[in-house]
Amino acid sequence: MAFTQRHLLGLEGVPADEITAILDTAASFKEISERDIKKVPTLRGKTVINLFYEASTRTRTSFEIAAKRLSADTINISASTSSTCKGETLADTARNLEAMRPDAIVVRHPSSGACHLLARHLTCPILNAGDGCHEHPTQALLDLLTIREHLGRLSGLTVAIVGDVLHSRVARSNLHALRTLGATVRLVGPPTLLPPDLRALGAELHTRLDDGVREADVIMMLRIQRERQGANFFPTLDEYAQYFCLTEDAVRLAKPQVIILHPGPLNRGLEIASAVADGPYSVIMDQVTNGVAVRMALLYLLVARSKAEDALEPEALVEPSRRRTGGRA
Amino acid sequence: MSPARTIVAGGTVVDPVAGRAAPGDVVIEDGRFVGVTRAGEASAAGATVIDARGLLVLPGLVDMHVHLREPGFEYKETIATGTQAAIAGGFTSVACMANTEPPNDSAAVTQYILDRARLAGRARVYPIGALSLGLRGERLAEIGEMHRAGIVAVSDDGRSVMDAALMRRALEYTRMFGIPVIAHEQDEHLAAGGAMHEGVTALRLGLRGIPAAAEEVMVARDVALVRLTGGRLHIAHVSSARTVALLREAKAAGLPVTAEVTPHHLFLTEEAVADYGTHAKMAPPLRTQADVDALRAALADGTLDAIATDHAPHHHDEKEVEFDQAANGVVGLETALPLVLRLASEGVADLPTLVARMTCGPARILGLPVGTLAPGAAADLTLVDPERRWQVEARHFRSKGRNTPFEGWEMAGRVQAVLVDGRILHDERPQAAALRSA
Repeated sequence: MAFTQRHLLGLEGVPADEITAILDTAASFKEISERDIKKVPTLRGKTVINLFYEASTRTRTSFEIAAKRLSADTINISASTSSTCKGETLADTARNLEAMRPDAIVVRHPSSGACHLLARHLTCPILNAGDGCHEHPTQALLDLLTIREHLGRLSGLTVAIVGDVLHSRVARSNLHALRTLGATVRLVGPPTLLPPDLRALGAELHTRLDDGVREADVIMMLRIQRERQGANFFPTLDEYAQYFCLTEDAVRLAKPQVIILHPGPLNRGLEIASAVADGPYSVIMDQVTNGVAVRMALLYLLVARSKAEDALEPEALVEPSRRRTGGRA
Repeated sequence: MSPARTIVAGGTVVDPVAGRAAPGDVVIEDGRFVGVTRAGEASAAGATVIDARGLLVLPGLVDMHVHLREPGFEYKETIATGTQAAIAGGFTSVACMANTEPPNDSAAVTQYILDRARLAGRARVYPIGALSLGLRGERLAEIGEMHRAGIVAVSDDGRSVMDAALMRRALEYTRMFGIPVIAHEQDEHLAAGGAMHEGVTALRLGLRGIPAAAEEVMVARDVALVRLTGGRLHIAHVSSARTVALLREAKAAGLPVTAEVTPHHLFLTEEAVADYGTHAKMAPPLRTQADVDALRAALADGTLDAIATDHAPHHHDEKEVEFDQAANGVVGLETALPLVLRLASEGVADLPTLVARMTCGPARILGLPVGTLAPGAAADLTLVDPERRWQVEARHFRSKGRNTPFEGWEMAGRVQAVLVDGRILHDERPQAAALRSA
């Protein structure tokens, strides 16, 4: 196993073989979710805390299901119920949580770098579930897994990522991982949301949707935040949609076997036409399914494996490959 | 009764006014300079001799931009701890910014600061008054009353004066007192929400950037206002290469514009933030290597008149938070001098030129009678061992602030002794330690 990270803070700088190791592990875990009884004892007796400082339905549910399918105990803490409203700092909250001996903390936070701050204070593994405009590594990994399943590879593909690139942690994580794995990444959006310095990160930039998606293997649409409208990144949502909404006409410019991804939640008719979101090339629901597998894989790699290597509780480790051949649990 | 006489003997005397560094003896009587003689020529009869062999002898350094935090933020720094840090770093004079609580926008606060400084009895403190009442950028503060109480400049430092008409009036009105307006140049709309330099690193980290243009548009505006008013403008903590170009143009046109640069902007780039290190977060932000190169060239050719630390102590808790929530600013008093010596050894400029930027340069801007070895001037001296190596450890700072981006740096050059009015206020000389332990 090539995976060596202690935390998952981001995908920038994570080498190709480690990303591939995560994807391979996730692929092997997918089968568990297809069983009648969707549970393996891999993380039995482990505690996973979901610490969410931002609203999230999909990602938090996905992490929670992933942990539960591995038999971990999960605790969800959301900003509204946490002590932040009493003025406690993030570092203090983290120290308190660690004193309760969790085995992993999944963090979503509106400030870029919040997970780095936690990783400096804590010894237990931190999984970044989205930090500000920085990274959202599990989203990118599930995107990669979905692309690999449908197109058989990542290297050599052309991936167009369309929308609010400036503020998108999904775009950043995908850009790093796709570049590492040998894909060409085109970033597409209005110049206000597409700073030229992105070229230094290895992306091609396009301000016209047609140019961006032409001959693309993959089109990944980003969710447009409604509050950007007031900040003059574009005049109105309506005008934005006229230029960057992915329609069937635009999709026809891409390769015939193109697949369409979207991290959700969808703004139908704004960044993506319903006909496209629901069309045959849309793999949006596969992304959601793969999200659980990717998060199971990461919890396994960061929690079970590291503990097993410490030889503390070898019985807690159940190799997914053995599970598969061993029949229903 | 004959006057008390001290001779600082055997050192290399750096005279920034004359632009010279040569062996010599500095003669002091009754706390004032008498003159500099050739080495060994000063009569030692009846004098206290301070052995300065192997040391650089500099006029006491002047830092025209520090935040002493008192009144109001004594948990970050006090006038006593800040001036102690100044002395330990070789600074015998500091000018303190007005963004205290209450702000220094009245003669009463100015007087309070001066009283506290006298009580502390360390470095000389020259208060800078607020430009606007409450630093709100709306109405002029009572600059005349503060001037009577002792301010040496006005500034809303920490905030930009976004109202061009207010800036115009400040530049006009201060002409009556001959004091400069010190401008913190950052367009607040362009900088809104920004946490670091707008560039590749900010993009990677997902942090909102502050473009260099936020500084440049304000400098261009204020140079135009100087042309309109004839007022004296001093640009604080220049960070961008284009600002340097604007300054060069203004100076070539003979406009009364001066500027300062911080040690951190001369040594660090945006990459210092790469791991979300909040000790590299400050306003203006660290920029690119091209900016660092331009600032160094401008320091050498005199486009930048002064090196100022923008010493900005913060409590640990204000830095140990999410990057976008962290306080802006770094401490600088206790690391500036060895960094400037490093500039000399890197060949950025010769030693007398660099010392001038920390002595007579800022003193001239603020009209202070310090930063010189001229006969009759107060005998403020900084003695440095340029060879002595040490490692920066913030926990040893005299300042309450530990927020340095230079933690762990290997420095060459350590302050050995500091004299104010001819009296030794700080002594790290090996023989002093030996005396103490005896």
